[in-house]
Amino acid sequence: MKTAAQEFKLQAGRLTADLRHRGLIQTALGKYEVVRDQTKSGFQDWQAARQAAAQTKWEAINHLDAYLVQFVEKLESRGTKVHWASTGVQAREIILGIIREKKAKCIVKSKAMTSEEIHLNAALDQAGFEVVESDLGEFIVQLRKETPYHIVFPAMHLTRGEISEVFARELGSAPTDSPEELTLIARRVLRQKYITADVGFTGANFGIAETGMISITENEGNARLSAALPKTMVTLMGIEKILPRFEDLALFLPMLATMGTGQALTCYNSFYGGPRQPGETDGPDEYHVVLLDNRRTELLADAEQRDSLHCIRCGACLNVCPIFKNVGGHTYGTTYSGPIGSVLTPHLRGLQEWKHLSFASSLCGACTETCPVKINLHHHLLHNRRNAARQQPGFAEKLAFRLFAFVINRPWAYGLAKRAGRLLQRFHPWVKGGPLDPARAWTKTRELAPIARQTFKEYWRGRQLGK
Amino acid sequence: MSERENILARIREALTVRAPMPGHAQDSVTHPPAGSGGGSSGVRQWLPLVGYTFQERLELFRTNAAALKADFHLVASRDELSERLLELREAEGWKKVGTHAGELTDFACGQLALPTCRTDGGYDVAELESCSVAITECDALVAQTGSVLVTSRSAGGRALSVLPPHHVVLAQSRQLLGDLPEAFAFLKKTYAPGYPSFISFITGPSRTGDIERILVLGAHGPRKLTILCL
Ligand code: SF4
Repeated sequence: MKTAAQEFKLQAGRLTADLRHRGLIQTALGKYEVVRDQTKSGFQDWQAARQAAAQTKWEAINHLDAYLVQFVEKLESRGTKVHWASTGVQAREIILGIIREKKAKCIVKSKAMTSEEIHLNAALDQAGFEVVESDLGEFIVQLRKETPYHIVFPAMHLTRGEISEVFARELGSAPTDSPEELTLIARRVLRQKYITADVGFTGANFGIAETGMISITENEGNARLSAALPKTMVTLMGIEKILPRFEDLALFLPMLATMGTGQALTCYNSFYGGPRQPGETDGPDEYHVVLLDNRRTELLADAEQRDSLHCIRCGACLNVCPIFKNVGGHTYGTTYSGPIGSVLTPHLRGLQEWKHLSFASSLCGACTETCPVKINLHHHLLHNRRNAARQQPGFAEKLAFRLFAFVINRPWAYGLAKRAGRLLQRFHPWVKGGPLDPARAWTKTRELAPIARQTFKEYWRGRQLGK
Repeated sequence: MSERENILARIREALTVRAPMPGHAQDSVTHPPAGSGGGSSGVRQWLPLVGYTFQERLELFRTNAAALKADFHLVASRDELSERLLELREAEGWKKVGTHAGELTDFACGQLALPTCRTDGGYDVAELESCSVAITECDALVAQTGSVLVTSRSAGGRALSVLPPHHVVLAQSRQLLGDLPEAFAFLKKTYAPGYPSFISFITGPSRTGDIERILVLGAHGPRKLTILCL
């Protein structure tokens, strides 16, 4: 078995050389950039809005206990059953329990990255239930037995040809290259599912403490249908999704839409405050909200990186990341990819196994600059590197730095090293790129710049003599 | 200890160490929403401009609706409203109307003289699904984003405005609000603390960009959204 780091290197190498893949991603993100900038420029003061959003999330996360208690109290007072899960396993057990108790057969799901995090689909499948993803992108990747490529655009890596192919194979539809027709095929199949499903499952974009509501943002209407027709509704929400006040949404909804897809507001922004209330005509008889920790409290305990819990999962940092654009979403091998994924995954799944993600960065800071809630993303990559090295120092690395420090602190040693380097470089072409080349990691695909014939010191001495 | 207590204990333990405020001190906004009570006046100065007069806001709503590919018409009278509806009935060959009890919806259904499926006292899902159009009222229109604000109380429940392929909203011009902070203040004033269990900002007809980021209307919800405003 390869380690996560080896797998990452292998896939990254393969995909960066795949021009077709890069073309697809660049076209898709190019379109996104245009509309995002247009919408962003409509704000009177985007930077002030970012600062306010960051402060609001800071307020929520740094008083999380109080806001969670308030949130749950409000939800429960209107008949919602709230469950708490410390781990992914517990969350799966709770959800399976609800489904078994309802004797449900079919579960219709709308997009929820938290459910990917706890591998819910696999667990439900194994227990013999039919699970249908209803978001078009998720539906497509589910049919292809893949994981989402991107937290907002799950099927961004596929062409209409590939989508038509999987529809023809799995649904028996006639091949077509019209996006309209493909959408219609999915619509027809899924319509029947909403009507017959016993349980509707959703994620959550925000949980409003003040009013006890779950806010769900979507474009297609699939979450609305999942929340309207089935008799039982289940929402899985990470505990960090809390916002203090109802009116905070007036800022967060347009910011999420702007950074997520470039829209001024996403098509449906819906707030659910419970099951069907007395006097209401439809909606589920039972509403369950499952609150998921899954090591979020560990991240909370790290004050330095606590702000990564501010994330509203808009995906903007992925879209601007030069690494993401080249290696693609699946290469990460994680639920959350891109800069935020590289920051979170070592916390969620283990620092040593996932530290390589912190090195897959040019540290350009584009992510930090774009993040609507001002998460200090690229600095957190550095923090993860530092923590990883502190926890488990590498012997070779330590030795190299010792040697470097020795040389650089002694002018005679430094002068010697320079001369030796110049001499040795003459022989470099003989081993270049081969197994004996000490600079192989670099020279495999690049040229090594020659060491200057004359050092600055030598030049200076020569100049003074010449005078 | 229950999981609830476990999680809360871990949170409290974690929060004993303070985290720095985000951003730099000089970035601090003059009206931080945190701790300043309402804070919506602060938010208002950063969101897109909406104008001050009714005319400006109406124009903004019209522009936004057009950009969203929603049909928006200001109608002068009930006669004109009924005319518009009859035109749509003919053009699209409506057979059955999904609707709910309300002053404007009752008027509209009277004019259309088509079989209806009313959601008020519960309904058959398959029947509602077979309707050619849903006609509902709403809580408000939001100029800033071109949105229609509906709740389970004002628009006949959760499914009516999303299941049939065409959603027609009957609104009144006094329902036009400026921006999002105003819309949230409106919701609070109208409903708090007994909010309806479903509230939604509908911003254009249902859409998806999941196939090569190409816009397709009518993903799972209505392909068409028509807003008729008296
Ligand atoms: S880290 Fe920031 S930019 Fe990235 S997904 Fe989260 S909120 Fe968006």
